[in-house]
This record gives sequence, structure tokens and C-alpha cells, in this order.
Amino acid sequence: MDLENQKRIKEIADEYGAENLMVILGGAEAEASGLACETVTNGDPTFAGPLAGVQLGLACYHVLESEIKEEFDPEVYDEQISMMEMVLDVDAIVEEVKTYREKYSEYK
Amino acid sequence: MENAVVKATSYILVHTPDILKEGGSTQTTTRKKDKDDAYLSKIDEHLRSFAEVVGYGPNQAYIGNIKPDQLNEISQPWYNKDNLLEEKREGKMGEIMPEREFYYLVKAVDVFDLVKLTEEFAQAGKEVIAKHPILNKMSLNIAGEKVVKIEELIDKGIAIPLKLDNELIGCVKQAHDTDINLNAHVIYENLISKASAVLALKNLEEKNDIDLKEVEYILECSEEACGDINQRGGGNFAKAIGEIAGCVNATGSDVRSFCAAPSHALVNAAALVKAGVYKNVVVLAGGSVAKLGMNGKDHVKKEMPILEDTLGGFAVLVSENDGESPVIRTDIIGRHQVGTGSSPQAVISSLVTDPLDKHDLKITDIDKYSVEMQNPEITKPAGAGNVPESNYKMIAALGVKRGDLERKELMNFVKNHGMPGFAPTQGHIPSGVPYLGHAMEAIKKGELKRAMIIGKGSLFLGRMTNLFDGISFVVEKNPGLKKAEKSLSDQEIKNLLAEAMQKTADNLLAELE
Repeated sequence: MDLENQKRIKEIADEYGAENLMVILGGAEAEASGLACETVTNGDPTFAGPLAGVQLGLACYHVLESEIKEEFDPEVYDEQISMMEMVLDVDAIVEEVKTYREKYSEYK
Repeated sequence: MENAVVKATSYILVHTPDILKEGGSTQTTTRKKDKDDAYLSKIDEHLRSFAEVVGYGPNQAYIGNIKPDQLNEISQPWYNKDNLLEEKREGKMGEIMPEREFYYLVKAVDVFDLVKLTEEFAQAGKEVIAKHPILNKMSLNIAGEKVVKIEELIDKGIAIPLKLDNELIGCVKQAHDTDINLNAHVIYENLISKASAVLALKNLEEKNDIDLKEVEYILECSEEACGDINQRGGGNFAKAIGEIAGCVNATGSDVRSFCAAPSHALVNAAALVKAGVYKNVVVLAGGSVAKLGMNGKDHVKKEMPILEDTLGGFAVLVSENDGESPVIRTDIIGRHQVGTGSSPQAVISSLVTDPLDKHDLKITDIDKYSVEMQNPEITKPAGAGNVPESNYKMIAALGVKRGDLERKELMNFVKNHGMPGFAPTQGHIPSGVPYLGHAMEAIKKGELKRAMIIGKGSLFLGRMTNLFDGISFVVEKNPGLKKAEKSLSDQEIKNLLAEAMQKTADNLLAELE
């Protein structure tokens, strides 16, 4: 996960509290999305960024997960996301993100 | 006004394993953090030989020896020794150069005596240069320097070492004592980018029998910046490159828009030629040192070679209509506008369907799309997926949403209107432009009617905007020159007007008299 994004998430979590923060991912690939979820929950597994060894335990979902999709105005979702929903391996992405969330998220 | 044509293209690669170790951003940042990092010690075991780089299918596609679609016939991984192709370093459209030869070119493009080569290495250069069909025509003057002096500059921390097979053969020194914009690393990156662009331009000349003296304008579109403390990105790489290559009648300027720059530059070039400002415009770019080994850690972790071991470069000659070469349709331009939005749907609509709709063309009327042509063998192990395939799927999915395609046709569209990625992940290099040479050839042969070249760029990386960027254009078969219409020329009209005014003046004078 981008080091600058790690820094920004850490700063926001410090300022507003991890319990008040939710990360919504838009990654196009399962492994990368899982890695991002792992980073904001259990810390940076590559030990390269500001979240190395920092277990924020944030709530983290992918925008393609049903829990998030239900929150959207269907028209907006259709306009913004539906094309990618057709293209991406949704099941693999959801499975990967869910695995890390269930393992490491404190605020689900 | 006649459309401009894509007259010639060239594509080059430079195998740079030592520059990868010295200057690639992943390596420099890792070294800065911990010079004994385990990754750094493993790099050598994962580097490829020149022969392996030359025989690598995607590289052979990049320099034009095989078509990109032929990669579908080669088993993967393409880097597997059993799957390598015949080692042809010369390509129909360019060449693959080894690091040893390239260092002489880096020295040759340096006009401020910032590159120092050891006396021994400089001496050995004469034979190497004499054997190279392009370098031997460039009257390169390669002077040597004492090793102790080079070591002294490196020890003082004011020079970046140049190495070959881990042996010191020279250095690039800083161009200013205090200005970070002219420090050794910036000069090193800029000279390497310049040298690889010169190689692309000289290949354009050599492989296409072009007289570079006829080039009137050069647009350089890499992602580097040259300047000093008071004008950090002052430019102008274009003229600097043209000077070395012998474009004595050209001027030029640099176009920047991250990876989208080559497409912007090509549209600009086509417009300049179509408007009659210039007859011959070259669009070119050299490679990016920073991106060498960018995903090296993932490649090492996956027990595979570090595949980002080559610099890329290209040059395209855009000329006035010759009645034969494929034309650039400047009336079918897709633009990601400020107000477009950043959702993939909005982006693909603005770049693909909006311009096609204006001309009543369907998505399927474009025979081949050239998108971000990154080699998937490089990106997939790093978690970035198969970039070209994702782009093709997005175009197809948009087609399904619009009713241009049946959903079950989605993967057929990807296969028929797309191609496997074959370009090195050098930012601007894989972005749309790698296929232009292949498209030119296929259109000339009648195998294709139309191709769309799409460039996209991540502007947000510069922290000046959250916007994304993209621009597309269509190249198609030349319909032939329009027949000269029987009409009065501008000069004839001027003469007639002058004659009439003269008569009126004479009449007035006669009346006054």
C-alpha cells in the first residue's frame, strides 16, 4: 500500500480515533485489496510504511461488497461502479478483503 | 486541410542491470533505509543476462520482430528459458542495446563534462563503437579519466558511480555544489533519459532512411524534468536530444502529463502538421531510471527474474500527408476533461465512446485498441493484475452497457480487439504508443483498418490535483491524397486584388488631375 496513503490514514486515525473511521477500498485486484485491508487492520506486512507494526484494527470494506453496495443510491452505483462490477473478479476480491477484516478488524 | 500521417516509428530497449541497482527508486529508497537489506543482497541472483533479455518475447514484440498477438502462441512464463525466442538484438523498428555500449552513449550526450569514464573503459570503447551501425556514424569523442579521480568524486558523495558487472567504470558528477536540482542523481537520471531518447531518434533515422535535417520540430514527452533552482522543470529535453542527433533545422519543446504525455504529444504533432506549421515533427522519449526494478521486491519474493531491467525509448515521425502512410484522425479525439469525473465508466466513455459517437462509429469499428500496454508478467506478481486486459474488459463492458456487444461476447472482444501487454513498465513508454509502429505496418498491409491509441496518466501523483488524465486518437488507412481542386490560390487572389486596387487608384488620380 502506498506509503503516503498509510501516513494519511494513520494521521486521520490519530486525530479522530480508529473507532470513528472506516476504509472503503476500490482496488481492482484481490491480492492488492487484501493487502490494503491487512495494512489498515493489522499493519503494513511489508514493513515499509508508517503502518508497519501499527495495528489500527479499522473497519475496512471493498466498495463491491454487498454491505457497502446497499448503502448507495442505485443510480449512483450504476453510474460509478457497475461497469467495473462486470469486469472484476468480484467474488475473489470480496473473499480476500473479508478474510483480513474478520481476522484483524476490531470495528466491524 | 489534409490529415497528418504516421510516417515512421522506432522502438528501443537498453538492458541496464547495473543502473537498476544504482538508480532504481525501489533500490535507492531501500538502500537509504538499510544498506544491508536482504532484498539488495538478493538482486544479483535475479538479474537476467543480455541474451535472456534479447530472447524475451515481449521485448521482441517491442522492437518489432514479432507481432504482439504472437505472444499468445508462446507458453508462459515468457521469461522461462525454454520459451525464449531467437536472440535478435536488431529489430525491424529498433534495437536492444547492452549496458556496456549504452555507457558510451551516455558519455557522448553529456556536453558539460559531467560523465567520467575510466581511461581503461574509454579506451575499450573505440572497438565497441566501431562495431555499432549507429554509434560508429556519430563521431563520438570518448575521453577517459584516472580511476583515482573518479573514486575521489564518489567518496566525496558528489558523484553517482557507473558500474558494469559490479565493476566501477566511471561516474556522473553533480553539476552544482548546492542546487539539488542539479545534484548527481538528477543529472544521472536526465542524461540516461536523454541518451536513450537519442538512441530512439537515431534508430528512427537509420531504420527508415530519414534525413533528420528535415525535422522541423521535436516534442519530447518523458516524465523527467531538467532545470535549476529557479526553474526546476525549465526543460527543454527536445532540443538537447535533437542537437546530439543532428536535427540542425529543428526546434522543439517538452510535453508533460505523466504517462499520458506521448498521446498528448502525438495529437499536438498531428495538429501542427495538419495546420501547415511544420512538415515533419518528431515525438520521442527516453527511458526512466527510477522505474528500473520498481517491483523488484515482489519479483524476488516470487522467485522470478527482476523483469524491469530495461530502459525503453521510442520516436515517431509525424509528417504531412504522403497519400500512403496511416493518417491521424484529429477529428476523432477522446479527452478526459476536467469535469469528466474519475470513475472508470466516465474515463472510458470520455476516451473511447464519446469520440466514436460523434462519428457514428461503434466500439467494434475500431479493429485494435492500444491501451496501457504493460507486460502482465511484470505487473501480476506485484498485485497490479493484467493492466491491458483490464482495460480491454472495461471497454467491452461499456460496450455491453451501451448495447454494442452481447455480454457473452465480452471475452471475444478482449481477444480480437486487444492484444497481450508487451511493453516495459516505464511509465510513459507503455502508454498507448508502443503499438503505433505495429498499427502502421498492419494498416499499410491492409490487415487493419483502424486503431485507437489511448494514453492515460496519474496526475494526482504530483499532488497538484486529484484529477486523472487521458487522451486518445484514431489512426486509420490513408484514403489517398485529395485531388487538387481547380481553384484560385491565395497568391492569385492577392494579385487580382492588387490589380483592382491599382486600377481604382489610377482612376482616382486621373479624376484629380
